[in-house]
Amino acid sequence: MSKLNSLAISDNGFIFKPSTGESFTTNEIGLMIINLLKEGKSADEIISVITEEFDIDAISAGRDLYEYLDFLKREKMLD
Amino acid sequence: MNKRIYERPVLRKVVEGIPNKFGSLKRLRPISTIDNVEIDSLIEEYGSPVFVLSEKTIRDTYKNAYRAFSTRYPKVQFAWSYKTNYLDAVCRIFHQEGAWAEVVSGFEYEKAIDNNTPGNKIIFNGPDKSEEDLVKAINNKSIIHIDHFDELYMILGLTDQLKERPQVAIRVNMDTGIIPQWDRFGFNYENGEAWNAINRILSSKKMDFIGLHVHIGTYITISKPYAVAIEKLAALANKTYNRFQKSIGYIDVGGGFASQNTLQGAYMPATDTTPSFDDYAHAITTAMTAANFPNNETPTLILETGRALIDDAGWLAGTVLANKRLADGRRSMVIDAGVNLMFTSFWYDHEIYPVHESSYQSEPTTIYGPLCMNIDIVRKNIDFPMLNKGDHFVIKRVGAYTMTQWMQFITYRPNIVLIDQHEKVHLIRKQEDKEVFRRQELVPDYLQN
Repeated sequence: MSKLNSLAISDNGFIFKPSTGESFTTNEIGLMIINLLKEGKSADEIISVITEEFDIDAISAGRDLYEYLDFLKREKMLD
Repeated sequence: MNKRIYERPVLRKVVEGIPNKFGSLKRLRPISTIDNVEIDSLIEEYGSPVFVLSEKTIRDTYKNAYRAFSTRYPKVQFAWSYKTNYLDAVCRIFHQEGAWAEVVSGFEYEKAIDNNTPGNKIIFNGPDKSEEDLVKAINNKSIIHIDHFDELYMILGLTDQLKERPQVAIRVNMDTGIIPQWDRFGFNYENGEAWNAINRILSSKKMDFIGLHVHIGTYITISKPYAVAIEKLAALANKTYNRFQKSIGYIDVGGGFASQNTLQGAYMPATDTTPSFDDYAHAITTAMTAANFPNNETPTLILETGRALIDDAGWLAGTVLANKRLADGRRSMVIDAGVNLMFTSFWYDHEIYPVHESSYQSEPTTIYGPLCMNIDIVRKNIDFPMLNKGDHFVIKRVGAYTMTQWMQFITYRPNIVLIDQHEKVHLIRKQEDKEVFRRQELVPDYLQN
């Protein structure tokens, strides 16, 4: 999780990556996922937090979560 | 406890670059009804995808076009271009509004007759008229727009066998400044071919030469070339009068008016650049009035507008089949309507909308049709909200050429419905099924078992 901890993240989803100078934006759920990852939560735990709070089934939430994790890996924010 | 509305997580890189002069894209508002009929209910009842036509839009558009011309010129006649959309219900609406029929094949001619169009209100265009078609057209006193000398001589040959005198005009092609110049149809003005054809017709004394026809091109977004065309036709009419003392009954300026669909690669959206009916009418009627026709006569102005009269009235509603990521991470969406139904996707950036609000986020997306064919692309790149599998979409302005140029490739063609002026829905073309194709195919005996 060290890579995530090196990011500067604002409360409204603006992400600055100091190592490259790149900036990103994410939405509310994206921000929530990043925060849960920083807390060391597993994918299954994140899915259950999302399904508890939002109107979504576990399969769809899982599909979107893994896609989002792929984005983070592609941008080298996650190992 | 009520759970909160879910939205997919998104991560977007902030890219610095030259700012777009139009600012950021505004959010795509969903369209959930057509003439107050719920799109969801249309899909539920008639399947997905489904073409939807609005009778109200057809009539309003026609009235608007007719008003633009008839308030500027005393004798105006529209002829409905069958090839643009030859569904019987559509043709009959135009005929009820007062349009004649403009057909380009024996098949379309038969349709016009079946739609109760009087023979003398059918204009027969096109390069392919068989002898059988011509006999029918001559006997019905239909107006034949001669395309080439072989056709002219075929008609001459028929006059000896038939009682009726053929009612003919010639199609003239010319340089009006439009590129590419359409010179494959009709007789050329500049090289004298058109004048030769008129001489041949009138010196035969066996046909009634009643008009001149020009069709300068398609999707013409400037109105000036029409004025150039009219000037040249007026010169031809004067030459004809001077030599044969014969006046021209009408000038047919064809069609070619652009609709509000944006062509691919266009800098500005067509809604901002397409001339209005009033713009076209102003250019054309000013030229008609300014041209000196023989004897100061006023020939009837005939218009064969197709695309601009019907495009807005057609919609295509359907369903999202899948979302995918492409190799470079871009998003793509597969929908159940492709180039098989919208041949027009090859040149237009069709406007596509979600039927319901599903997400406030949008993402650059490639929209593919359902065909197993790499070129089945509905939109190459559109900033589109993140719809899920099973969500409905609707495509705007698909009334012209889709329902005539569609392909039966690997699947059946869908239902077409018409919403009448009282917002009642009528099925006007049934979806195909395997029986439709069984009826057409024959299996030789030795392959039966």
